[in-house]
Amino acid sequence: MAQVKGRPASKKAKSASTKSRKNSRPAKGGKATGNGSGKELRAEAVTVVYPVKEGDDVHALEKVSLSISPGDFVVALGASGCGKTTFLNLLAGFIKPTEGNVTLGGKPVLGPGADRGVVFQKHALLPWLKVLQNVTFGLKMQGIPQDKRRDMARKYIDLVGLKDFEQKNIYELSGGMQQRVGLARALTSDPAALLMDEPLGALDALTRDNMQELILDVWRETHKAIFFITHSVEEALFMATKLIVMSPRPGRITHEYELDFCHRFFECRDARKVKSMPDFIEMREEIITIIRGDELEGGNIHV
Amino acid sequence: MSDATHSGSSFFGRLGRLFSAGPAKPGDSFGAPGVGNSTTIAIASAIGIFFLWWVTTTPALGPMVKPLFLPSPAEVWDKFVSVATEGYQDQTLAEHTLASVQRIFIAFVLAALFGIPIGMAMATNRVFRGIFDPPIEFYRPLPPLGYLPLTIIWFGIGETQKLVLLFLAMFAPMVLNTRAGVRSVAIEQIHAAYSLGASRAQVLWHVILKGAMPEILTGMRIGIGFGWTTLVAAELVATERGLGAMIMSASEFLVTSVVIMGIVVIGIIAYSFDLLMRWVERRVVPWKGRV
Ligand SMILES: Nc1ncnc2c1ncn2[C@@H]1O[C@H](COP(=O)(O)OP(=O)(O)O)[C@@H](O)[C@H]1O
Ligand SMILES: [Mg+2]
Repeated sequence: MAQVKGRPASKKAKSASTKSRKNSRPAKGGKATGNGSGKELRAEAVTVVYPVKEGDDVHALEKVSLSISPGDFVVALGASGCGKTTFLNLLAGFIKPTEGNVTLGGKPVLGPGADRGVVFQKHALLPWLKVLQNVTFGLKMQGIPQDKRRDMARKYIDLVGLKDFEQKNIYELSGGMQQRVGLARALTSDPAALLMDEPLGALDALTRDNMQELILDVWRETHKAIFFITHSVEEALFMATKLIVMSPRPGRITHEYELDFCHRFFECRDARKVKSMPDFIEMREEIITIIRGDELEGGNIHV
Repeated sequence: MSDATHSGSSFFGRLGRLFSAGPAKPGDSFGAPGVGNSTTIAIASAIGIFFLWWVTTTPALGPMVKPLFLPSPAEVWDKFVSVATEGYQDQTLAEHTLASVQRIFIAFVLAALFGIPIGMAMATNRVFRGIFDPPIEFYRPLPPLGYLPLTIIWFGIGETQKLVLLFLAMFAPMVLNTRAGVRSVAIEQIHAAYSLGASRAQVLWHVILKGAMPEILTGMRIGIGFGWTTLVAAELVATERGLGAMIMSASEFLVTSVVIMGIVVIGIIAYSFDLLMRWVERRVVPWKGRV
């Protein structure tokens, strides 16, 4: 049963209680495996203000707090311009917050790194490399010898179903297969968290459904902490263990829901069935109403 | 025009169809500019030009144009054979050609050696961009003949001056295309690389340089083209060997057949180089335009 806990996010701005977990989980193994599996990714009261030449500065995010633990599948949903990408960029370390801080396993995030894998919507693969070389690119950058890379990547290549495509060129693959490469590439560095910005946004509906199931299976297998942005309410409800709904001007989390539809999928392996359950549909309508309200306010929909 | 489009057999009907935008045949794309194959027309055009040349210059037909202005194809061909075997001004055609190709090749290597790294530096670093932008943007649109006298004053009339002129012609397009190439690299590719643990230097080498490769190769192709365009200017002064020099001295003595022969040879070689560079592009960056 989906517990509905819609509530203003500002109430739960947590005080910094990271000290206790700082040394709780030492990085296992050497450099080769694990860029920090098992760590919690945390944003504490982060604010991002984009300077704008004319007019008021854009408050893309206003005191947003969120923690993502291993095994969490957090999905962010919201009207466009509400700061989802900005938030992902913060977690990834591409931008730094105007205020507040981002930590991974208690250590501050000071830039991008192999401990947080990122999957993009498109244009992120390297077309001059074959599929296998793309997947092992991170390992190469981290200085792992060639003969070891293949072994380390095999598990993920199999997991996303790329086994027979290792020697293909990127531009020979369909959009769905390209996203599998992107996913496998991010997984191969064994990051603590996986950040995905509308990874399925450019795919057709059928491929998209397949990829949703694939990502869920990968998540169950690897137990990563996942932060996933989408425009699709159905996708969000289906995949999330925790759904956050964001609102623009200023960008903030307005609602949070704990969900279990993905676990129901694991039980019955029938996505259509889960997506047509009465409480799924009820939740869907509720959330669509919230987001429509935001979009109407922002003038993105002209009735 | 719509009336004319319907009466397909009349002259104006045919003319109208050339430019009309009726529904496309299956397999064609409606409204796509310039669809269709033009090879046949191109061959006909080339043959037509040649025929015109032949008709207006061949003595048996009573030449309409004096050989001084335009010698006949046969005359030019004879000249080609005689210069190829006996030479013109003590140098055979092969020697002239080799001298020019050598100059272009050396200048090309130097221009690539400097142009590509400087283009990379300018695209990735504001200090370098600030330093190099004014001189390059200033000299780039100047005609090489304009700064030719300056290169003579500075570098004399030896081989160096010729290489400098060719180098300058090739350097700017290589820099500009390298910069454009760096700009064309998707920010997602760069972000992805950093998120996979790449260092700044690794991103520069493994992502930005590789991603800029298609445009860099285009820059090299354009550079070589500019080199051939500038050849005659480069060999204008005190040059014994070279196709440009051969043309210039032939024009002084009004040997029009050698001038035309030289122009044709330069044209053919320049075009071959272009084809070669296209072939290299297809080999090195088969992914160009496909992502
Ligand atoms: N580089 C930037 N400079 C200025 N404003 C920006 C920039 N990036 C995003 N914004 C603004 O910040 C807000 C949030 O953007 P974004 O995070 O991309 O939203 P979302 O991904 O939810 O659509 C928007 O109003 C957008 O216009
Ligand atoms: Mg976005």
